[in-house]
This record gives sequence, structure tokens and C-alpha cells, in this order.
Amino acid sequence: MMRTFRAFLRKEFLHILRDQRTLLVLFGMPVMQIILFGYAINTEVKEAKVAVLDLSHDVRSTSLIDALFASHYFVDAGHLRAPRDIEEIFKAGEAKMVVEVGPDFARRFAEGRAQVALIADASDPNVANIVAGYAGQMITRWTAAHSTAGIPEAITVEHRMHYNPEMKSVFLFVPGVITIVLMLVSAMLTSISIAREKEYGSMEVMLVSPLRPGMIVLGKAVPYLLLSLVNAAFVFAVGRFLFHVPMNGSYPLLAAEALLFILTALSLGLLFSSAARTQQTALMLSLFVLMMPTILLSGFIFPTSSMPWPLRILSNIMPAKHFIIILRGVMLKGVGIDVLWPQTLVLTGMCVLLLVVSIRKFKVRLQ
Amino acid sequence: MIAIEGISKRYDEVQALRDVSIDVPEGELFGLIGPDGAGKTTLFRLLVTLLLPDTGRMTFDGRDVVTDYRYVRRHVGYMPGSFSLYQDLSVRENLEFFASVFQTTVEANYDLIKDIYVMLEPFAERRAGALSGGMKQKLALSCALIHKPKVLVLDEPTTGVDAVSRREFWAMLRKLKDEGITILVSTPYMDEAAQCDRVGLIQDGQLLRTGDPATIAQAFDRPLYAATGEDAYRLLQALRQREDVEEVHPFGTALHVTARSDMDPDNVQRQLREQGFTGAHLAPIRPGIEDLFMRLMR
Repeated sequence: MMRTFRAFLRKEFLHILRDQRTLLVLFGMPVMQIILFGYAINTEVKEAKVAVLDLSHDVRSTSLIDALFASHYFVDAGHLRAPRDIEEIFKAGEAKMVVEVGPDFARRFAEGRAQVALIADASDPNVANIVAGYAGQMITRWTAAHSTAGIPEAITVEHRMHYNPEMKSVFLFVPGVITIVLMLVSAMLTSISIAREKEYGSMEVMLVSPLRPGMIVLGKAVPYLLLSLVNAAFVFAVGRFLFHVPMNGSYPLLAAEALLFILTALSLGLLFSSAARTQQTALMLSLFVLMMPTILLSGFIFPTSSMPWPLRILSNIMPAKHFIIILRGVMLKGVGIDVLWPQTLVLTGMCVLLLVVSIRKFKVRLQ
Repeated sequence: MIAIEGISKRYDEVQALRDVSIDVPEGELFGLIGPDGAGKTTLFRLLVTLLLPDTGRMTFDGRDVVTDYRYVRRHVGYMPGSFSLYQDLSVRENLEFFASVFQTTVEANYDLIKDIYVMLEPFAERRAGALSGGMKQKLALSCALIHKPKVLVLDEPTTGVDAVSRREFWAMLRKLKDEGITILVSTPYMDEAAQCDRVGLIQDGQLLRTGDPATIAQAFDRPLYAATGEDAYRLLQALRQREDVEEVHPFGTALHVTARSDMDPDNVQRQLREQGFTGAHLAPIRPGIEDLFMRLMR
């Protein structure tokens, strides 16, 4: 039995090592995804173009404006002369935000009644929010530095980001990418590799052999389980060393939770493979039934809390949603099982259910 | 060794097999011959426990195929029609993997596959995908033999293989038969019938006839002539219009003419020449399996 099992392991690894496409999916894709999500689809805003409409032109207002542009977040998009120029500069797309300093700024600031308006181009609401947020913080900081004691501040902007003070989105994306990659490797590659056996006719040969179906399932599942673990560690390392994603929790807990999630995804892959006869079908099934909903509904990109209720319910049956919460909890917040037990319990339930169903559905015959 | 009794199998829309019965004694090389879609693959899949029959009963070495399927799986060597090995594994790796699937080793049963494997040995490290069609068939056969099966079930092993390799393959099967292995093989090629001890002709899920390949064609109960001449197509038309000719089929360079009882070949030949087929020639021939098949298929 052990010998047969080792032969399965060996064969599966040879398949993977000799197929550049699989290798690319295994190791190229995670790196690409992290870099894509880390750099390109970044919710951080750097060097946003900001224009200034200074209606005071006094010492104080100049000082405030200089302070804004001293940071690397904003670049000067020019000074406007009148409020009607605001519309124009937005339409021309030359600025994301206009900082309007009210008239008589220095005197009013001394009295604590100074006015600054942050007018952002909300056609891209994300960027608008973030840019306005940055500016608000800087104004608060400047106010604190320059106001004389005892006089209440004119503008109060309170922005505090927990766990990700710089709003580094890559911190949030790395757990998401780990999840997606694990899902992909475990479910997609497993179902494709079983479908390939069917296409090649080798599944028929294996069924018509003294092997028990459980052995065939195990021979397929274990290699991909090991691979997924290696892959998870690889993505984790990329996130850790390339993007300095923090790891505040316990490694054993992380590994155990990852194992649980991989098993769940693996059972899904087995389930799909019983429905798919060709590699193509297996690929399509994994992509549309698994990948898309996982990416869209797991809270990886779009927060589940802002979804309409039918989608919110749907997101709860995504194993990925629970795993992302667990990962973010362990890695970013450093919390333990005492906090994450509800998600762990849900995931365990899903895992057991899927595993039982998929083994039961794996047939001893062709129909 | 194999007894198939009244087997029927239906897929959703298609009646794949209708009341098929075949007996294959131990040590026989039995050929199942029929065109694509005749039901050959279904029959073999039923026999190797991959499918369940709707009606009928099959025994394998005296054991019921449905209830005692584990016994069948231990003692049958099966080569599916679609079997194409692992293209990305080498010859040796393929063989070793299938040996371990059957919980044995290449060495343990080397004597059985030796004759075949020596032909493959120079390519042992080559990937299966880079082998010729004939070599692939040899490797696949080695994989099916690796556990010393009592019965070999080969689904269209020679389809898509060149003529020389086909001949070699049949020679190997004869040799295996001499070792006492019962062999069931299916093929769409009628000319391979002569290689079998006994053949069954199958069409549209029905077993038309079984028998010795040398004598089975004697069931062809009409006089048969081979007609040759220039412009074969027009000759075919001319013959088909005749009252005293029952059927005409092109066979290679000649036309096989099934005569009605009142046909006089000399008369036909003369009349054809008068019609302008100056080189027309009619000669009596012995019907072959293909002729019988065409007749049974009507």
C-alpha cells in the first residue's frame, strides 16, 4: 500500500515538474497577483495632483499650503484665481482635489474661525476619499503646530486607521492572494489532474485495478495538499519580504488554519472532478463556479458588509471569506483561536461536509 | 472463461447493446469486429466492471462480474480505447507506475512482458508522448500485462497504428495466447479477423454472428463475383441497374457483385462489353468477412 502511495506521489510531482504551465500557475501567478494587487490596484494614493485656490494670500495661508506640498502625497497642479476655475480644472482632469483657503485666513485663524474647503473630484470616489483624508490629516497637524494655546482649532479631522495606519492596501491583499492561490492550486489543479486521467483513459485503468477508490482519491489529494502548503509558504514569504506584511500571530495556528482551508478546497476540487470529463470542463468549472465568486464575494476586494443581503448570505458560504478573516486576524492583528474560533468552526464544518460528499460521489464505476 | 448471457445496455437515448451473448473459453483469442458505434466499447466496459448491465448476466472465471467485481479487477488486464498513457512520463516511469497500481513490480512479472519490453528498452528513458503509435501500443500492452492477468481485454488496440506495427501487435497477442491468457480484442478492421481464433460481428448493439474467421464467411449464401474494368464508377452504376444482380459494393480495385440465382456471369460480361466496357471481366470469388458483414448489415 505504501509503495503504491509513494508511486502516486512521485508520478504527480513528475507531472507538475515537467509541465511548465502548471509550474507557472503554481509559482508565477501568486507573485504576479501580489505585485498586481500590491502595486497597481493600490488604494494608496501618491503624488495626487492638487490645485490651490488661496483667497487670502497671507503668511498663514502660504505656510499651510507649503505644508501640504511638503509631503510626497501631493503635487502642485497650479494656483487658481477664482472659484469658477475649480470646475474647469476638474473637467480638464488636471487636478484630483482643490484646496480652497477662505478669505482673511490669518486673522480668522487667530480667532479660531478659519475656513478651508477640500473639494475633491469624486468621479473616482475612492481616490477622492483618500486624498481628502490625507489633506484633512495634514491640516489638523499644521493647525496643531501653529495655533496659539487656548484657542480652539478651526478644523477638526479625525482619521485613525487601526492595524494599517498608512492604509497600506497590500497588507490587506496578501491574505487575499494567499487565499485565492490556495483555492486555485487545491481545487483547480486537483480537478484538472483528475479530469486529465479521465481523458487519457488512465482513470479507467486505475478503476479496473485492485486499488480501492479511497486510495485513488488519496493519491490525488495528498500531492496537491503538500504542494498547496509549499505554495502558501511561498506566497507568505513573498508578502513578508517584498512588502513587509506583518506577522503578528502564531505560526502553528496559521499553518493549521491553512491546512484546514486547503482540505476544504481540495474536497471542492474532487467534487468538481466527478462532474467534469475533460480538463477543459474542469478548468471552466473551477474558474466560474469557484474563482469568480471567491474573488468577488469573499471580501478580498469588496467588503462584504457593503453588499446587498442576498450576496452577503452567499458570501457566507464561501470558504474563502472565513479564511480571509482568519488570515487577517492572525497576520495583521495577531489574535489567536480564542477570537477566531467561530470562523474556524464554520470552516471545519464545511470541510467535513465537502470531504464526505466528494468521497461518496467518487464512483467505483464509470456511471 | 468468459460467459456473457443476454446482456442489454441502454444510455439515455441510445440502446447501446441488445441481448448480446458470447462465450469465450479459456485460452481463446476472440475478436469483436464492428464499425464505430456498434457497441464494442460498451460491451468491454460492462465486462471489466466499469458499467452495470440493464439486463443479462456475465461471469468471469466462473464469478459473477457484477457482484464479484473485485475478483475481476484483480485478474483482468484492460486497455481502454482512449488509453494513451502519461505522455509526460518516460517509458520506464509509465511501466513502473502501472506496476505499482497493480501492487506488483516490473521485475516480478518481467518474463511475461520480456518479449515486448525488449523492443521498448532502447527508448526506456524517452517520454511516452515522443513514441511512435506502434511503440505506444506496445507500452500500453505491457502496462496491461504487468500483473499477469488471466484475461486481457483490449479495446481497439490497433486503431491508428501503422500496418507493420499492427502485424507485430497481432503476433504478440498470439504469443500471449500461447501462454494461456484468454484475450478479447475489438477492432473496426475486418482484415484483422483472420488473426483471431473466433470472431463476433457486431452492429448497432446486436451481435450478428460468431464463428471461426475461416468459415464464418461461408454463411454468405449467394454466389459472389469480382468485377473489374475501366471506369469503375460507371461500371458500378451499370451493374446496379441489372435485374439479375442483387448488390454491388466497391472493394479496393474490384467490385463485389452478389448474384441472384438466375445470373449467368458469362452473359453479364458479354453484355457489359457490348455496353462499351470493353475490358469488363467477371470472375467468381470466395466471400470474405467483409462481404458477409455488408450482407448482414442490410
